[in-house]
Amino acid sequence: MSYRVGQRVRVAARPHDGHHRTPGYVKGKTGRVERAHRSFANPETRAYGRDGLPEQPLYLVAFAYDDVWPGESRHGSDRICVDIFEHWLEETA
Amino acid sequence: MSEYDHDHPHEPVAADEPPSGARARALEELLLEKGVVDRDDIRRRIDWLASRSPADGARLVARAWVDPAFKERLLADARAAALELDLDPGPSPVVVALENTDTVHHVVVCTLCSCYPRALLGPPPDWYKSLTYRSRAVSDPRGVLDEFGLRLDEDVEARVVDSTADIRYLVIPRRPGGTDEMSEEELAALVTRDSMIGVSEPAEPMPATT
Amino acid sequence: MEQAVHDRGGWPADEPIDRSEHELADWELLTDAIVGALGESGAMNVDELRRGIEGMSPAEYEHASYYERWLYSVETILTEKGVLAPGEVDRRLAG
Repeated sequence: MSYRVGQRVRVAARPHDGHHRTPGYVKGKTGRVERAHRSFANPETRAYGRDGLPEQPLYLVAFAYDDVWPGESRHGSDRICVDIFEHWLEETA
Repeated sequence: MSEYDHDHPHEPVAADEPPSGARARALEELLLEKGVVDRDDIRRRIDWLASRSPADGARLVARAWVDPAFKERLLADARAAALELDLDPGPSPVVVALENTDTVHHVVVCTLCSCYPRALLGPPPDWYKSLTYRSRAVSDPRGVLDEFGLRLDEDVEARVVDSTADIRYLVIPRRPGGTDEMSEEELAALVTRDSMIGVSEPAEPMPATT
Repeated sequence: MEQAVHDRGGWPADEPIDRSEHELADWELLTDAIVGALGESGAMNVDELRRGIEGMSPAEYEHASYYERWLYSVETILTEKGVLAPGEVDRRLAG
């Protein structure tokens, strides 16, 4: 599954035992793809001495501040952007 | 340049050096003996890091301010743009420049550790690596900017970028007003490290004396 | 979902940011260089460095300085890999 700039995506809410670079504060949240970067070695396996291949596509995903921190309703247009690997993203309506 | 003393590796170099100082030197000694690291390589790396400063990033910004075509190249590939100016973009394979405009203001953080474009900005300040900044930059960006003396208008979007992967981000701050007559070198002197992280604006030009 | 010790985005933190800065001490530059050299040689990569840091207890993590975390991780990971023998750094310090 490959994502396009502007597409709505949801970050998987799954627990992950061990090293990974998807911050907890965006797990389960929905945002839009801001940039489609190239692919990079997977830190989740490199962290355990493996080569991190095959490389995984990386995306900069933009979240509305209010979607990440519900209840803090003062910052409607502010965005939080996070680099997230493709295997953490899901299509969403 | 930094000196470090191999003659008495386990004694503190400075009176207030923590125990980690001796520990680091003992570790180095062991790794050198085992052939895992090379002494000259260690020295080169220390010299490299000690030589990094925000002046390189400032040159990128100043050139972007005066040369719109360069700015487009910088936005497309900051790593290549740095190489164009004979600057060292560092080991990160991708560097992305984020342009601040009248409607969008970027701030960079690494909530998970301390990722930072240090080849172009020098080592990150302690506060960038602090638990407080890492927590609040994403949960309270306007509060953080306030603390740094930057009050964003409500109609400006604050865009926090959390560098969680191999991309290194550098902010291109907005060019201050009243700088039309300034040379590129004079402009570079206005570009502060903090403005390239996004927590403050560049320095204002000195008032003209005529 | 439990938040790992290094995963600080949104962690409760009402206090102002301490903006004091310090120039890196020689031992900190040395630690940084050691990690770079280990990465270059393939002995230990940056993801392993981070994984090692993430294994610290919350108390250890929060009280250690930045490069103290790096040192902890280098020792942990290199011992895990058999590059260092357990306790080898301590023994070297003891002379």
